[in-house]
Amino acid sequence: MSNRIDVKKTYKLFINGAFPRTESGRTYEVKNAKGVFIANPCLASRKDLKDAVVAARAAQHGWNKATTYNKGQILYRLAEMLEGRRAQFVDEIVTVTGVSKAKAEKEVTDSVDRLVWYAGWTDKISSLSGALNPVAGPYYNFTIPESMGVIAAIAPETPSLLGLIDSIAPIIVGGNTVVVLASTKAPLSAMSFAEVIATSDVPAGVINILTGKKDEITPWMASHMDIDGLDISGLGAKKHSDVKTSGSENLKRIYSFKSADPGRILAFMENKTVWHPIGL
Amino acid sequence: MSFYGLVDGTEASLKKYLGSLSGVDQVGADARAAMLSTRSIKTTSKRWAIDTAITMVDLTTLEGADTPGKVKALCTKAVRPDPTDPSVPSVGAVCVYNDMVEIARTHLDLIGGQHVGVAAVSTAFPSGRASMAVKIQDTKDAIEAGASEIDMVIDRGAFLSGQYIEVFDEIVKIREVCGSKAHLKVIFETGELVTYDNVRKASFLAMAAGADFIKTSTGKVAPAATASVVLVMLEAVRDFYAMTQVRIGVKPAGGIRNTKDAIKQLVLVNETAGPEWLKPSLFRIGASALLNDLLMQRMKIDDGYYASPQYVTID
Repeated sequence: MSNRIDVKKTYKLFINGAFPRTESGRTYEVKNAKGVFIANPCLASRKDLKDAVVAARAAQHGWNKATTYNKGQILYRLAEMLEGRRAQFVDEIVTVTGVSKAKAEKEVTDSVDRLVWYAGWTDKISSLSGALNPVAGPYYNFTIPESMGVIAAIAPETPSLLGLIDSIAPIIVGGNTVVVLASTKAPLSAMSFAEVIATSDVPAGVINILTGKKDEITPWMASHMDIDGLDISGLGAKKHSDVKTSGSENLKRIYSFKSADPGRILAFMENKTVWHPIGL
Repeated sequence: MSFYGLVDGTEASLKKYLGSLSGVDQVGADARAAMLSTRSIKTTSKRWAIDTAITMVDLTTLEGADTPGKVKALCTKAVRPDPTDPSVPSVGAVCVYNDMVEIARTHLDLIGGQHVGVAAVSTAFPSGRASMAVKIQDTKDAIEAGASEIDMVIDRGAFLSGQYIEVFDEIVKIREVCGSKAHLKVIFETGELVTYDNVRKASFLAMAAGADFIKTSTGKVAPAATASVVLVMLEAVRDFYAMTQVRIGVKPAGGIRNTKDAIKQLVLVNETAGPEWLKPSLFRIGASALLNDLLMQRMKIDDGYYASPQYVTID
């Protein structure tokens, strides 16, 4: 048998647990380091962002109410699924970025390990940051971190897979839902990661992934009144002040991170303090 | 009663009248409705459409769990949908169950909402399964309590078994009870009528019997106000106008939840019945969640950024 027709993958968006094309019908070209054409992913529009935020908002209450144990299991499941498809991710990273196979393998290994690490934090983060506060009265006074709501994130250009996982996982660990804009130059592993999410019992709408141009989507993320926080780790430092200005209308929490640490989880959580009378 | 000279009130004449109707091309109606649904309305036209849609909303609460407090809150929202923006128009009417009519009317008058009507669902809503005496009393109660619009349901069982005259007489009797005090809207529950031919037949039956409005659904049965069903009903009122020079209104209800859906309805009206129907006296949209989405889209146009449901009321 010869002359078999290539079956090429169509890279689409991931919104509300489904894989729609962008409503705008636009695509853009992804090329490898040598300028060879690789794929036509969707060029998401502001309306795709709007749809993703609606889905994320609808999913937030349910995800927040899921037990920390359940959240941890689901994040661990993501790691399991990613491990099982390791070869595909290595291949995609090599194809797009042109790095060595060993380097790509290391990125995938780190990504799996990072997911396992975040999975462990789901039921521990409140003990890390929560407190029993000393007060002058017959009360217990607790402070516990709670989810903030819908968080948007701009993933870094590189590393495309590990960076995406650092943009998604810390946000959902705390009970938030997320809308993430993937790496523009290397979106393939992000869209394949969406397939991992779709097979990992993550409720629809908890994670939404867009591909497109940062300059087009970021201002709409910053000004959207129904986005409570924004992770701009993937955005150039020069653009930070513009984003922070337009994000001030609804007092969005806007942060940029350089590493993965528990602070990254707590950044998108809000402390709630409860007074409880001590029974005599 | 003259029934526009179309029928004389006997079963024979009604059968002849309904028998003279042409059938509906189902594939054609679906295709036409789908084509009109792709129209894109932008900027100033969208702004006009949103405000027009707000004036056409019959703000509805029809739950077993309705309380006087909820009805009052709904009335307040009906008069001033966005308390932070006085340029937002009032809705067409509030639509409540019979026993809430008096509460709604009193509260509306109290807060300066005399121009907002109260619609009462009547005749054993939503099933329509009660004796004629009960249905008449139901309607009388609502009108006495201050309802200016009566949304009656037809007996679908009678209609589907071919007892058209029963349905016709029922509408005529309720029409008599309404007199000049209340507008009569006749609900078909199109989801239970099954075919578009039945929808067209029911439309002409209700119009001849004296309906001021024909309404798709109760909101309790799916599918409700699909674009195709609304298209068939709009064609019916257009054809009825050609026959009698009388304009009957249309009210889609159920399943219209966002601005896009509402604007699709307005496009259907404009392209099917005509621009004369684009006013609250001839077109209403029965909805509850829709109003919040209209307000949020309005904010988006004014502010230039996407709005949050946290800035509109929880109904």
